[in-house]
Amino acid sequence: MKHATKKPLRSVGTRPVRPDGIDKVTGRALFSADFNLPDALHGAVLRSPFAHARILSIDTTRALALAGVKAVVTASDMPAIPDDKVMINAQPPDFRDMSANILAREKVLYEGHAIAAVAAKDAETANRALQLIDIEYEVLPHVIDVQQAMEPGAPLLHENLITKGINPAPVQASNIASRHEQVHGDVELGFAQADIILTEEFTTQPVHQGYIEPHACLARVASDGQTEIWCSSQGQFMVRAYCARLLDMPLSQIRVMPLEIGGGFGGKTTVYLEPLAVLLSRKSGLPVKMQMSRADVFRATGPAPGSYISMKIGARKDGTLVAAQGILCYQAGAFAGSPVRLGCMTAFAPYDIANVKLIGYDIVVNRPKSAAYRAPGAPMASFAAESLIDMLAQRLDMDPIDLRIRNAAREGTRTAYGPSFKEIGYLETLEAARAHPHYAAPLGKNQGRGVASGFWFNIGGQSSAALTLNEDGTVMVATGNPDIGGSRASMALMAAEVLQIDVSQVRPQIVDTSSIAYSDLTGGSRVTFAVGMAVIQAASDMVVKLQERAATLWDVSVEHVRWQDGCAVTDVEGREERLSLAALAAQTAKTGGPIAAHVSLNAQGAGPGFGTHICDVEVDPDTGRVTVLRYTAVQDVGKAVHPSYVEGQLQGGAAQGIGWALNEAYMYDENGAQLNPGFLDYRVPVASDLPMIDTVLVEVPNPRHPFGVRGVGEVPIIPPLGAVANAVSRASGVRHVDLPMSPPAVLKAIQRAARRRR
Amino acid sequence: MQYQAPTRLDDVAALLASAGGHGRVMAGGTDLLARFAGGMPRPAVLVDIKRVAELMVIEQDSDGGFTVGAGVCGAAINENAILRQAWPGVTEAMDLIGSVQIQGRASLGGNLCNASPAADSVPALIAAGASCRILGSRGERTLAVADVIHSPGKTCLGTDEFIVSFYLPPRPARSADAYLRLIPRSEMDIAVAGAAVNLTLDDEGVVVSASVALGAVSPVPLLVPRAADVMLGTRLDNDVMVQLKSVVSASCRPINDKRGTIDYRNHVAGVLAVRAALIAGQRATAKERA
Ligand SMILES: Cc1cc2nc3c(=O)[nH]c(=O)nc-3n(C[C@H](O)[C@H](O)[C@H](O)COP(=O)(O)OP(=O)(O)OC[C@H]3O[C@@H](n4cnc5c(N)ncnc54)[C@H](O)[C@@H]3O)c2cc1C
Repeated sequence: MKHATKKPLRSVGTRPVRPDGIDKVTGRALFSADFNLPDALHGAVLRSPFAHARILSIDTTRALALAGVKAVVTASDMPAIPDDKVMINAQPPDFRDMSANILAREKVLYEGHAIAAVAAKDAETANRALQLIDIEYEVLPHVIDVQQAMEPGAPLLHENLITKGINPAPVQASNIASRHEQVHGDVELGFAQADIILTEEFTTQPVHQGYIEPHACLARVASDGQTEIWCSSQGQFMVRAYCARLLDMPLSQIRVMPLEIGGGFGGKTTVYLEPLAVLLSRKSGLPVKMQMSRADVFRATGPAPGSYISMKIGARKDGTLVAAQGILCYQAGAFAGSPVRLGCMTAFAPYDIANVKLIGYDIVVNRPKSAAYRAPGAPMASFAAESLIDMLAQRLDMDPIDLRIRNAAREGTRTAYGPSFKEIGYLETLEAARAHPHYAAPLGKNQGRGVASGFWFNIGGQSSAALTLNEDGTVMVATGNPDIGGSRASMALMAAEVLQIDVSQVRPQIVDTSSIAYSDLTGGSRVTFAVGMAVIQAASDMVVKLQERAATLWDVSVEHVRWQDGCAVTDVEGREERLSLAALAAQTAKTGGPIAAHVSLNAQGAGPGFGTHICDVEVDPDTGRVTVLRYTAVQDVGKAVHPSYVEGQLQGGAAQGIGWALNEAYMYDENGAQLNPGFLDYRVPVASDLPMIDTVLVEVPNPRHPFGVRGVGEVPIIPPLGAVANAVSRASGVRHVDLPMSPPAVLKAIQRAARRRR
Repeated sequence: MQYQAPTRLDDVAALLASAGGHGRVMAGGTDLLARFAGGMPRPAVLVDIKRVAELMVIEQDSDGGFTVGAGVCGAAINENAILRQAWPGVTEAMDLIGSVQIQGRASLGGNLCNASPAADSVPALIAAGASCRILGSRGERTLAVADVIHSPGKTCLGTDEFIVSFYLPPRPARSADAYLRLIPRSEMDIAVAGAAVNLTLDDEGVVVSASVALGAVSPVPLLVPRAADVMLGTRLDNDVMVQLKSVVSASCRPINDKRGTIDYRNHVAGVLAVRAALIAGQRATAKERA
């Protein structure tokens, strides 16, 4: 195994208790709903009972007249977004859509779509006021199924939506927001070389990110317009930027205080309540607190898109993949913008295939606007691709890991989406999976083993970190990124590593938007890598400053000062002299004042991540119920800064992917209203549904990070869909192509196959 | 809402009577509090029955019958080894309810009086031939558990009445029961279908008495005498089980809803009944050996 750093590491790779651990275990940590201010009003949202309707009129007179009601807002209070403000640097999100999602304009596009918001002295009054808002609707036909939404006669969500990415542009509006094409090589030529061609259609359902903490916020607007927002999110700078854009305010007027986040998984990379709370506070002159119920969360936030995928692969008799082709249709929800492009890019990324052609369609339907969810767009595409590869292994009677090894992408492999891979560890994950005792363990009756792999890009991005040396020699590390997966611990470990001090001497802090320079949000598996780079750089800068200060005190030239074990060291007449961090901190008045280092950078060189998962299941042939017996997640993590939290990422991703594969699904009635907006019938796995998920951390260092770090948070949700489906298919003797594989669905597939056999 | 926690049986009846239809009994509150949170109107008087001694005891009579207080929680029921030994089906059904936290609160009385078609302990109680002692302001009566639920969410109890205790009759040798349910998850879910079977075998291993009750496949938990008849006089051989399965499936009257389709429920009820019968049979035989 290669090593990025030759020096043995003292902190990175250890497992101290996380700095935020005690607070979170004892309940002291403040999550978004825990923050209160005196006199705060209660904000509540009126939501559409219809999946699709035109709003003919809204009358808030009666609501405003109710005693205790202090403010009411509707879409007319949201500034119109001019053409030049629709996007930032031509990148999504689309703020006009976001504005219309936060408060419906003209039409409601899904059941649960917000129409108005009220601030009142208490919850009861606010809820009564909602009932006093008079709305006239013209109910329209709705469509929630992605394939039906693409049909010519389907009800149109946006009457002016012309499909992007088709040349010449269609003249008729449709629900197809865009078409994306990705071509690599020549698929026709590729399939002509194939001995075996396998074609299959797959469907997956939308799934919610399922974070435990519902959205909540508190906003306070002063009479001079200065605005403060307390909320949990995946980025306080994101909340600031989005509110400013949506409400047409200068950034300097908004300060966002990050509270602890109780899970986001991508779902908190946008805003829902914050602009409403600001508007209500501005109107009422009082702080306004807003909170979603779990039902609100299900009806109006998330999910990851559902999909319909038709895919085909071609291979030679020896298992060499020669071509892959497919059509991917993702349901964006009520507004355009599903990650179908990322689905196309990731589907076959683990493989070296000369000819790939994938076409993606982004489709709007009458469901909540989809939001990012770990590795956006990848799991469903990977499910289709990895199922086909498993089918190929079965057809060739070849070991599924051997088949993947034969085709695995390596250093230098040109990806189907363009660039060539640099140092990657995919092969290493396959080899580790093959060598794992799990892979050789015997299976019983009705049991099956599935394997699948997954790829995610990982990103860097704009990041800031500020280190300050306290007067006693301890160190503060401030960053501007919410800690979702243990990043405080990782930041502290990396700072401690560079400073060569014990991690207990470092206190990490997540600070508000006025206390540090901008950082991109927490997402894309970027924080440990990119914000970590800023921390490492700042710590290195601090070491340089400390050496200079020591040189001043010793009156030697700085070249004669080295940094060792948390001390400045120099040789005086063959004798070693030392100045500890504490000693240097105590003498800053003599050496030039307080010592701090602030680094802002745009981190480049994120290392792609690959994972390979093994899943054993047992299928009850009489009921269709699936039990996951054993699960092992293997992943190239570059370098695990805090291995426990890296393992936690793998286990969490696997758990979420298993839920996606087995039981998670939205249910709708004939009017397009959700039937299961709660955790009782929206079935994320509970602890007893899962075996202990075993993890194997493969460390192929990313040479473009000082410690070899790669992002790890997204890869682990990609392989489970395929791994579980392949296991269920092998256990039941029937190929399962539709998710979720709930008991009735599995039973039906088994019974259908039995009838066919007869 | 007024909260009352009387310690005497008569006070419970009196409080309910004086509330004039606006009172409600609370045992564990695991159904009730969830309903309040979901917007159900609150009663004028909430009568917590957990301080009344008669509602909180498990006693075995000299003839082997059991009296189980209506407010005893699931955890206490399953910690009672003698009760568990005599009624493994009833106790395992109660044990399936909720999680550890819920088990510390949830009661048989609440599970029955919540009157859900999918309540887990109810089919087991019905198959066991359990009855309940009901007290009201005008006196006491005894009713078979099978006759308590009137329709989904409704019992036949008067507004001043409540259940004091359940009675499980004495068992002949070689008797055992079993309860199984299907849920997509492994816990914290509501039965898609449930089946309870209670059997007594003779010393040749032949079924001499049987009862079968189903949950979640009809508006109220269902006693299926026809299914029991199939097993009488048999040794639960394969062909008998095939017949049991089809009789059970044909007896179901489920609905299509978000938790299951009619076809799936019919099918699974049959599968579960067969499995429960085989488990009950094995348990009865094992008791003979013990
Ligand atoms: C997380 C969770 C999981 C659950 N899982 C299951 C499950 O797996 N299976 C299942 O069947 N149920 C389940 N339930 C429902 C519930 O826990 C059970 O129905 C439980 O047995 C109710 O008992 P309780 O004592 O809490 O009833 P309570 O909530 O106190 O009462 C329920 C109803 O019965 C009435 N009542 C209570 N006691 C009496 C009495 N002695 N006389 C007359 N009326 C009375 C009350 O007035 C109320 O209407 C679950 C609930 C939760 C919250």
